[in-house]
Amino acid sequence: MIHEVTWVGAAVKALIALLLVSAVAGFGTYIERKVLAWMQRRPGPAHVGPFGLLQLAADGIKLFTKEDFIPQFSNRLIFSIAPVITAGTAFMALAAVPIFPDFTFPEWIPLLGGVFVPSIASDVNIGILFILAAMAAGLYGPLLAGMSQQNKWGIIGAARTAVQFLSYEVVTGLSLLAPIMLVGSLSLVDFNDHQAAGIGSWLIWQQPLAFVLFLIAGFAETNRTPFDLLEHEAEIVSGFVTEYSGLRWGLFFVGEYANMITIGILASVIFCGGYSDFLFIPGWLMMGLKVSFFFFLMLWVRASWPHIRPDQLMWLSWKVLMPLAVVNVVITGIVMMAIG
Amino acid sequence: MSLEQFKNRNVGQQQYRMLDLGKTPETSWGKFKQVVSRSLKVELMIGLGVTFGIMIRTLFRGETHTIRYPFEKIPISRRYRAIHEMKRLLESGHYRCIGCGLCEKICISNCIAMDTRYDENQRKEVSEYTINFGRCIFCGYCAEVCPELAIVHGDRYETASQQRASFSLFEDMLTPIDRLKQQKEYPGFGAVSPHADENIKKTPLAY
Repeated sequence: MIHEVTWVGAAVKALIALLLVSAVAGFGTYIERKVLAWMQRRPGPAHVGPFGLLQLAADGIKLFTKEDFIPQFSNRLIFSIAPVITAGTAFMALAAVPIFPDFTFPEWIPLLGGVFVPSIASDVNIGILFILAAMAAGLYGPLLAGMSQQNKWGIIGAARTAVQFLSYEVVTGLSLLAPIMLVGSLSLVDFNDHQAAGIGSWLIWQQPLAFVLFLIAGFAETNRTPFDLLEHEAEIVSGFVTEYSGLRWGLFFVGEYANMITIGILASVIFCGGYSDFLFIPGWLMMGLKVSFFFFLMLWVRASWPHIRPDQLMWLSWKVLMPLAVVNVVITGIVMMAIG
Repeated sequence: MSLEQFKNRNVGQQQYRMLDLGKTPETSWGKFKQVVSRSLKVELMIGLGVTFGIMIRTLFRGETHTIRYPFEKIPISRRYRAIHEMKRLLESGHYRCIGCGLCEKICISNCIAMDTRYDENQRKEVSEYTINFGRCIFCGYCAEVCPELAIVHGDRYETASQQRASFSLFEDMLTPIDRLKQQKEYPGFGAVSPHADENIKKTPLAY
């Protein structure tokens, strides 16, 4: 039975995505500190509230009550806009990302009863392309932020942003090309339906190389540890966020965490079966588990591995990963032709 | 034991071995091979395993390094020289200080100031005794020289205060009379060692 997607349903879905992702992004900071602490034999935040859970509120109060500050010699307009670009593009990308399965509000709920909520806020036919474009546009946030400051660390951070994101956009696109060829669609809903037959039909088995490449590129795009060149404290203080504080800095933070969740969702939907039911586990829980795993993987890697130099990063991206991705696409094409 | 063994400052078992790192590749093909071998070896995954194991141990076996400081404290070394304490005689409750003035004399930063007089029984009485903790370098000479074990270094190392006068008067350092029962012969700096009797074989002049 085909439901009609009304604007109410889409709006509800957008609201759910926005609230859920910003809540999870905030909660993610707590999880990140806890996991990193456990992996370094520390207890992590433990004093504010039970198990340190209210640390989040304490940090939020601190961020909100800080003075909104624009440093001297910076370009006021660009300095103010840059954090909004990061957070805005991160949430824009979520518009074409399925988060939970479709559902319909039960009839007894006032106003919303019977409204069909799609899995995706807007199922545009260029889904993946739109997501990649929105996330790539996010690079203007760090870039402009770094350039707008009269600060050498900011400038270096901005330069590294350009280098890193340009290198890895290529790998992301090429690594996703092979799964797109297999599925024959850019919509993530089609990806999900293509793998609905169970764990054997997950694309990760057919495209393991593309999966690994996409994960590596995803780590680079979300600025996570093996590739956290943009704001590596030991080298460039905080990179592009050196002169930011308070709520503007918080916007960068939320954008980064929203991007992490987006990458987690993309990896789950494109390669790991998406939000289909698995045995007795309902789809929405399955989706949560998968995204949690990818989120945990990012923290795990951050606790375990050192980060690499900018020249190593570009070497890895252009000379290793991109050729591998191209070879993967070619082989996939040949095999598809051979099978017919 | 020969002199060479004393002169060897390399503490440890001396069971060092060099890591077999191999040669740094020079050609680009060699570099590529190194990258491939390092990527395909499971070394990175072993690193992930190590951190995961540590996480499990921290979570379920409570093996953390953290001391939640204000709530739990580790015992300090017995040789630690913290804020001074003045002890009392256990039998009479009178302070042990006999007003000999040795601590004032030996203090190298001149921070001990004391004044004595004869009381009605013609006993030496300490009328003034202060330690200027702004000057004190906690060298421990006063506790070492004290013949009566009257002044010792205690275990009170949290010395942040709004005014240092709250530490430095004789009455503040003296064991409160109502807590005489709890007065411990603090085994810290200036106290006799536990086996002093056995260790002292000869009079100091014989050394």
